[in-house]
Amino acid sequence: MDLKDQHIIKTSNLSIGYTSKKNVNTIAANLNIELDKGKLVCLLGKNGIGKSTLLRTLTKVQPALSGEIFINNTNLKTLNSVELAKSLSLVLTEHLPESNLSVYELVALGRQPYTNWVGNLSETDLKFIDNAFEQTNTKHLINAKYYELSDGQLQKVLIARALAQNTDIIILDEPTAHLDIHHTIETFALLKKLAKDFHKTIIVSTHEVNLALQLADILWLMTPSNFMADTTENLIENDRLDQLFESDLISFNKTLKQYTLSNSY
Amino acid sequence: MGVLLLIFIVNISLGSVYIPLKQLFLAFVDGEVEKESWKSIALNYRLPKAITAIIVGSGLSISGLLMQTLFRNPLAGPYVLGISSGASLGVAILILGASLFGATAAGFAFSSWGHAIAASLGAFLVLSAVMLAAIKVRNTMSILIIGLMFGSLTASVISVLAYFSSANQLQQYLFWSFGSLGNLSWNEILVLLIIFVIGMTFVIFIIKPLNSLLLGENYAKSMGVNVKRTRNLTLIATSLLTGVITAFSGPIAFIGLAVPHLTKLLFSTSNHKVLVPAVAISGAIIMLICDSIAQLPTSEYTLPINAITSLFGAPIIIWLLIRKRKLNY
Repeated sequence: MDLKDQHIIKTSNLSIGYTSKKNVNTIAANLNIELDKGKLVCLLGKNGIGKSTLLRTLTKVQPALSGEIFINNTNLKTLNSVELAKSLSLVLTEHLPESNLSVYELVALGRQPYTNWVGNLSETDLKFIDNAFEQTNTKHLINAKYYELSDGQLQKVLIARALAQNTDIIILDEPTAHLDIHHTIETFALLKKLAKDFHKTIIVSTHEVNLALQLADILWLMTPSNFMADTTENLIENDRLDQLFESDLISFNKTLKQYTLSNSY
Repeated sequence: MGVLLLIFIVNISLGSVYIPLKQLFLAFVDGEVEKESWKSIALNYRLPKAITAIIVGSGLSISGLLMQTLFRNPLAGPYVLGISSGASLGVAILILGASLFGATAAGFAFSSWGHAIAASLGAFLVLSAVMLAAIKVRNTMSILIIGLMFGSLTASVISVLAYFSSANQLQQYLFWSFGSLGNLSWNEILVLLIIFVIGMTFVIFIIKPLNSLLLGENYAKSMGVNVKRTRNLTLIATSLLTGVITAFSGPIAFIGLAVPHLTKLLFSTSNHKVLVPAVAISGAIIMLICDSIAQLPTSEYTLPINAITSLFGAPIIIWLLIRKRKLNY
């Protein structure tokens, strides 16, 4: 097997950003990412650095400025929306619109790329939905309406929906933004389990840097000048983590493997 | 379904002329009826009116359901968003502007197809405009106000047209705008039915994508839904349904807004596979009830249908707004 066959996501000379009428606003250029299957990736960077832009580009929500993206060796440009939905699922930060959906119906919607034109659930669909509840430990919630859930429960249910979609890749945009520390750790532990036990490739943008340092297999660091992708150990070894926050207030402590308040504070 | 049948029979048995149920039944199975006039009333007036009520009720209610999901707005409906006004504008231009277009247009203007097409086009025009505005403005209340403004705009265009038209044309338009389920010939009902079936066929094909839109456009896209296509199909279905119904029965208020809410409350679901048939049937039932009330059994007068639907709908909307925190769509 060719070496490149092992990469679930690969980009070559990818540039991301926005084009308006006359201006091209490049956020990051020449990204060459090679990501293996079954990894938990944490995307770190300060606010406004372009984390969402990168995720939006990888998920084909917005076009790349230049360069190519390959999902499972298929060029993203050649995938139609249903094919893409079978290899990549999302968990978004945005609030769900009001509706009467039950938790079960919400998770079952994850099967949409596979169901027929009226959306009837087959035996296989039911099995995947069941597994999704099993893996996220949310079976007791199925009869509740989604708006009755706490933020922590809702996050797990949204992850269950992504699992029901049965994709190799799950991308989450700041899934723990509204959660307390208990539910944040619970969510990350769940994501770690999904990557490790079920070989899901999981990409999470997050501000929980210290948790990411402990749990992630791979870190993607976005700084104004640079994009770095490597294992946590290598990044620590090469003193890359100091570059993430250009601030006197916070620094990376190599012995603790954590960010700490600077002595100058 | 049983309720629908019952109301259907009750509706047909009511009217300004009292006809015993047994005689009514005989009239439909082509039996001997005591009075010839009874048979004629039953077959050529009451039956068409009941059928019209069913089509109008389900069509408007389904339009309301589609709009509430598409605009993510619990207060959307064909009347509120100015779609009915758009249809009125189409008809007004046709009736009141007929003299401007000359004799050939005038002939077309009075045909039932002419009304249907003009109203559908008008509905489509306003709906597309509101849709465009809604893409830019996400705020629920702003969209409603924009719809209201389009309603006022079309109303002012209509009054300008009215100012320049003859008394005869004006009277014709006025009668139309009061709203009425009666006065439809069997031919007109056929036109109504054909377009209703076409519109509902579109609806059946968007049940699945509408369900995924319950999670918002971004999730829908991520599940492989072609959001643009779904939006276009919804626009077409709604314009056809609202357009043709408004063309034949006049602008009818509140049914499209209130019935989907009552149904959602009753069934406690947002699943369109349940909601589409449920809303269609509830719409038909409620329209038949409104029409039966309008008949006021054995009275000489028939109340305008719009008065009844407003009487029924407006309190529901007020009640919904007051408990808005719990309002879902």
